[in-house]
Amino acid sequence: MEALALSLVHAVPPLAGVPLWTVTLLLMVVAAAVILVFALTFEGVGSLVLRKVAGDIQARIGPNRVGPNGILQFLADGVKLVLKEDIIPANADRLLFKLAPYFVFVGSFAAFVVVPFGVGLIAADLNIGIYYVMAVTSLVVIGVLLAGWASNNKWALLGGMRAAAQIVSYEIPVGMALIPAVLIAGSLSLQDIVRSQGGLLGIFGWNLFHNPFTFFSFFLYFTAAQAETNQTPFDLPEAESELVSGYNVEYSGIRFGLFFLAEFGDMFIVAALSTACFLGGWNVPFFHVGTLPWIWGNLLSLGVFLTKAFAMVLIMMWVRWTLPRLRVDQLMRMAWKYLVPLTFVNLLGVSLWLLVFRGKGIPGMIASLFG
Amino acid sequence: MTTRTDALPTQEMTINMGPQHPSTHGVLRVILTTDGEVVTRALPDVGYLHRALEKIGERVTYAQYMPFTDRLDYLAAMNCNCAWAWTVEKLAKIEVPERAEYLRVIVCELNRISSHLIAFGSYTADMGAFTPFLYAIRERERVNDLFEMLCGNRLTYNYARVGGVSGDAPPGFLEKTKEFLDYFEPKIDEYNNLISYNKIFVHRLANVAVIPAEDAVAYGLTGPNLRGSGVPFDLRKDEPYSVYPKFDFKVCVGTGERGTLGDCFDRYMVRINEMRESVKIVRQAVARIPDGPVRAKVPRLFKPPVGEVYFRSECPRGETGIYLISDGSVNPFRLKIRTGSFVTMSIFEKVTRGLMIADVVAVIGSFDIILPEIDR
Repeated sequence: MEALALSLVHAVPPLAGVPLWTVTLLLMVVAAAVILVFALTFEGVGSLVLRKVAGDIQARIGPNRVGPNGILQFLADGVKLVLKEDIIPANADRLLFKLAPYFVFVGSFAAFVVVPFGVGLIAADLNIGIYYVMAVTSLVVIGVLLAGWASNNKWALLGGMRAAAQIVSYEIPVGMALIPAVLIAGSLSLQDIVRSQGGLLGIFGWNLFHNPFTFFSFFLYFTAAQAETNQTPFDLPEAESELVSGYNVEYSGIRFGLFFLAEFGDMFIVAALSTACFLGGWNVPFFHVGTLPWIWGNLLSLGVFLTKAFAMVLIMMWVRWTLPRLRVDQLMRMAWKYLVPLTFVNLLGVSLWLLVFRGKGIPGMIASLFG
Repeated sequence: MTTRTDALPTQEMTINMGPQHPSTHGVLRVILTTDGEVVTRALPDVGYLHRALEKIGERVTYAQYMPFTDRLDYLAAMNCNCAWAWTVEKLAKIEVPERAEYLRVIVCELNRISSHLIAFGSYTADMGAFTPFLYAIRERERVNDLFEMLCGNRLTYNYARVGGVSGDAPPGFLEKTKEFLDYFEPKIDEYNNLISYNKIFVHRLANVAVIPAEDAVAYGLTGPNLRGSGVPFDLRKDEPYSVYPKFDFKVCVGTGERGTLGDCFDRYMVRINEMRESVKIVRQAVARIPDGPVRAKVPRLFKPPVGEVYFRSECPRGETGIYLISDGSVNPFRLKIRTGSFVTMSIFEKVTRGLMIADVVAVIGSFDIILPEIDR
């Protein structure tokens, strides 16, 4: 960010007298605003798409009243959520009750900062990108637990406890399944990971096709991440038919809205991470985006990235409307007896592969065979 | 050196599940005592929907009681209508024209299909898969269309009459019924492919709340819940009434195909398979339905002879038995209705002990209870 500010100061002469830190701060605010607008738009449109997809899958129409074909439904929903009365139960712990949605929202939203949208489109290319995502998304569990506890409702408490156990358990396989991408790139930065999948191999440059273990770890990651973000079939914390909605049952108005937005934010983060770490990120197949003029390169790579990420989101929605829900003991068994050992073995496999074949993937070896 | 012997003190939690809860299928209240997620006791508390249907029966005439039977089990109103008609006919020894009996069998079996569709759909929704529910509703809609064609109503039909049915099938009804059957039969395989044998679904149901055959008999379970435990008891076969003996169908029983005999999955599968058998019965009935009148001559001011009668018939949720005492006046002297769901609730506490909260939902769904039938 500072480097960008420096180049901006050099490029725009009137800024020369302004202290560098003000420019940096200004840039940060602008970046945050852009990301926020993107996240909110995605979450709004995402909720509409979710309902339309649900309608399609379930042999019905879905929202069709607000605007042409119902495309403005998300605005109506948003306005409704903001205008609704904000009810705090009489026996709730008021401070924690108010605090909880922010934890959840911040946890989900802060992860957007390191999402590599395009070749130069990233709010902060942290050198610990993946680590940062794992860290900030852990905030969600605190918020969920607080919400469950502060509501003073037994169903909410059960939901909160389930969520805490689930998210903490599944963080391990999620992290372990992402490490192969880190190993291949040799960096924790998401931009480096995406760049490592570029080159002229096209889609075979993706980590997904690097070797059998990375192929496997993509599915491990996707499964575990579904669980970590409480998506069906792992939506136990908000199991509607059991816990009546779980930890957010006592929330109304915009406080509920924040939980809701965070859920979609998480959905996008999972899609974005799997795109960046396994599906080549913003790389355009058989083409170096870096060689294009800045604006076109970024637009093209942004388009590629969003296409892939949205395809993943659609798959998540499809899964959500197809599968039933696991039971809590089955969920824990799946994490500790299957996913955790599998991800460890998988990680070992990737490491050995990289050691034995000196970092080369199968497509790379085939390509070098043919010169 | 001292060692801590007292563990962290814990306490059981009492939770009210219902009367407003999405998965109790109505206003059932279950008082759960849980140790974390494990249920130590689940006590069903019924009675939130009591409308004194039996007492009302003593104040209205035999014909006037027919619409009340719609409210006995609103998802299988046809079966309840016919049960009432059959009871009164048995009491008064009325001969019913054969065409009327065929029509009754057709509507009863169609209603069994639509009722089992709701059972299947809401069960999958309880298990977290919402989509099959809407598929079930889609098919049920076609049954409702058929019934609307027949009697004008889509939920509370009031179709049967003492001595027959309210009206003959309109032209095209039988063809439409056949069309529906052709459309519906492949859908059952679709359900099986989509959800019945889904691994998660099977894992949720198999070996959960196993009811051995002896227990099922001892607690008086009937209908699919009894057959799910492997007892091949079906009143349509074992105590035949109406024209059922003329049809070829088999009694579906649980086989323990994915777990233990008598678990939730068996009870679920019995319903799925029964839909197929119902399709078979309706096909035969539609093919063989005779011409003729659809209503016997019953005096307007109908007074059955003095006496008492008990008639039971196979409703989708088990045996509906109606006990009726007549003092020779225009209204019944005493009416008692025995319903499948109410009796089923007696075993609820026993089978839910030690299960998880999510399993309680699975058990309620596998019993396919309906609250108006429990509370009457």
